[in-house]
Amino acid sequence: MLTIDRSVYFDLIAHLIDGLPDEACGLLAGTVDADDQAAVARFYPSANVSASSRIYTIDPKTHLRADIDAEDDGLRILGVVHSHTHTEAVPSATDVQQAPDPDWHYIIVSFRTGVPALRSYRIIDGSVSEESVGLAAD
Amino acid sequence: MSVTVRVPPVFRTMTGGQSTVQVQGATVAEVLADLEANHPGFSAKLLDDSGALVRYVNIFVDDDDIRFMESLATAVPDGVTVSIMQAVAGGF
Repeated sequence: MLTIDRSVYFDLIAHLIDGLPDEACGLLAGTVDADDQAAVARFYPSANVSASSRIYTIDPKTHLRADIDAEDDGLRILGVVHSHTHTEAVPSATDVQQAPDPDWHYIIVSFRTGVPALRSYRIIDGSVSEESVGLAAD
Repeated sequence: MSVTVRVPPVFRTMTGGQSTVQVQGATVAEVLADLEANHPGFSAKLLDDSGALVRYVNIFVDDDDIRFMESLATAVPDGVTVSIMQAVAGGF
């Protein structure tokens, strides 16, 4: 189960819409409790330095600054969000192969139908499992 | 010259769980060599067979991406922070 602050959810959806027709992306930061329940409290929008409708790359400097900023505030980077412009919100082979951290949460928002469809996954050693997502009041 | 290296979570098995370690070196290459000497395993993760930085890792000297500097020959002034960051990419 991944919980996202409501305002963070709106921010990330707005950023992904702004990025259309390209894929857009950003990083999630927050906390993980003793039961491994992750709560996303902050969204760090990134440029897609691949500038593509098919692939994304987080701006490395944005990643560095987000990592330091989150750490300074007692948070940590929990995962990454990216959009799929024409396909379902399911990790592609590229997403699985390049997943950088088994502790991360991988949110994909599909715009295939025009209406954003958000799903979240864990990707551990190439194995993908979907998790439920809930919104929390800020 | 003492340098702080920030280590991403996935590589902390090599630093006993520490998020930062202190190493010596005047260039990124020297910093990585000292890192490997004290925390074996980093070279295999960070460098390819030709000794170049692998493409799925970014290294910063303070705020500067070494790919836009002099890569592994980039100077590391005393007291700066070297950050090892995994590249984050994917897509369709």
